[in-house]
Amino acid sequence: MSCTEIQNLVHASVDGELDLVRSIEIERHLHECEACARVHQAQQGLKQQFRDAPLRFRSPVGLRRNIQQTLRQTIPAAVPSRTWPGWGAWSWAGAAAVVLLAAVLGIVFGHILREPTSDNLLAQEVIASHVRSLMANHLADVPSTDQHTVKPWFDGKLDFSPPVKDLSSAGFPLTGGRLDYLDNRPVAALVYQRAKHVINLFVWPSMEESSELALTHQGYHVIHWAGGGMTYWAVSDVNEKELGDFAALIRRK
Amino acid sequence: MPEASQVGRFEDVMLPHLDAAYNLARWLTRNEHDAEDVVQEAFLRAFKFFGDFYGADGRTWLLAIVRNTCFTWLRKNRAGELATSFDEEIHSGESASENPEELLFEKADHRYLQEALEELPAEFREALVLRELEGMSYKEVADVANVPVGTVMSRLARGRDRLKEGLSLRMKSGGLK
Repeated sequence: MSCTEIQNLVHASVDGELDLVRSIEIERHLHECEACARVHQAQQGLKQQFRDAPLRFRSPVGLRRNIQQTLRQTIPAAVPSRTWPGWGAWSWAGAAAVVLLAAVLGIVFGHILREPTSDNLLAQEVIASHVRSLMANHLADVPSTDQHTVKPWFDGKLDFSPPVKDLSSAGFPLTGGRLDYLDNRPVAALVYQRAKHVINLFVWPSMEESSELALTHQGYHVIHWAGGGMTYWAVSDVNEKELGDFAALIRRK
Repeated sequence: MPEASQVGRFEDVMLPHLDAAYNLARWLTRNEHDAEDVVQEAFLRAFKFFGDFYGADGRTWLLAIVRNTCFTWLRKNRAGELATSFDEEIHSGESASENPEELLFEKADHRYLQEALEELPAEFREALVLRELEGMSYKEVADVANVPVGTVMSRLARGRDRLKEGLSLRMKSGGLK
């Protein structure tokens, strides 16, 4: 390939959008051609600056609520059917019963029948992160059993301060913390231990209030809840009950 | 007629992308209040057309609606801005890449990058925001902007050239504003 051709592909190359054959060709050319190498390096430098700069805007706090309210206003209130007078009360009662039944069924079956919603997808992401943390031998960036070492370690690495609890007296000793990436954002991963099992607790801020989820997938148990401006995902291969105990301890103020 | 369960399902699928939606709108309108208005409107529109969504990729689907809402809003409220951006596109042509690349090895102030990005024509800004801040692939950016992948590539290339110009100007003079 000529230098012009190479330089036309530089963007695709730094964006990781080239196929293997072309990547190798470019790689080879860059070794030999200083001019192209500089162009390539400059583009990589620019990308790096994007990575380093805090340019992504986060949505303001009230926006989610406003949207939820607006959406709810689109739901029409039930309109009473115009039949003879005696029917009115009955149809209202009937409608109310149907709505109630639907709500109850919705709650009961909602969790079972749910299609892969964002929460379920996130749960899979959580499990993948957990597995990766065990495989890559990269469980903790800050290996420490001291909550007063782990918590300050996150300062300056995250734009929030995760709550770090010491649960060693309850049989869940803290073993460290690390940075991870979930739901398109950097998150805190706190590592606890139960006998030989590792529990990863992922924490990040969110406006969710009443979200809860518990599921088992590929032999891993996941428990999720939200509260106090934070969202929590605990994942481990310990048995379900013990992970439940762990979650309860963390949730307790 | 929308029902409560539909709202719930819509929220489950789309609200996780609220930050992405807001970020795009914020960069395109360059104003936080306008961005909020546009995002609200876009969510309402998305809800209306939610029946057409077959669960492929919620983020791309939603962002396509957000960007359309943004451009409609820009045409209505800032028509001048869009017109200049198109003119500039014609005039600037291919001649953008003569400035010293070395400058980019030094670290630019974050503010310079922000300013330089803000002054790009909307289409270039859009491509860069989706690619660099949302980490979208060329294909995803193309789907959001409803243009061919080739157009995305040229917008990114020209956008980056312009961005480098804007950055090096600022780095030489220690900031413009």
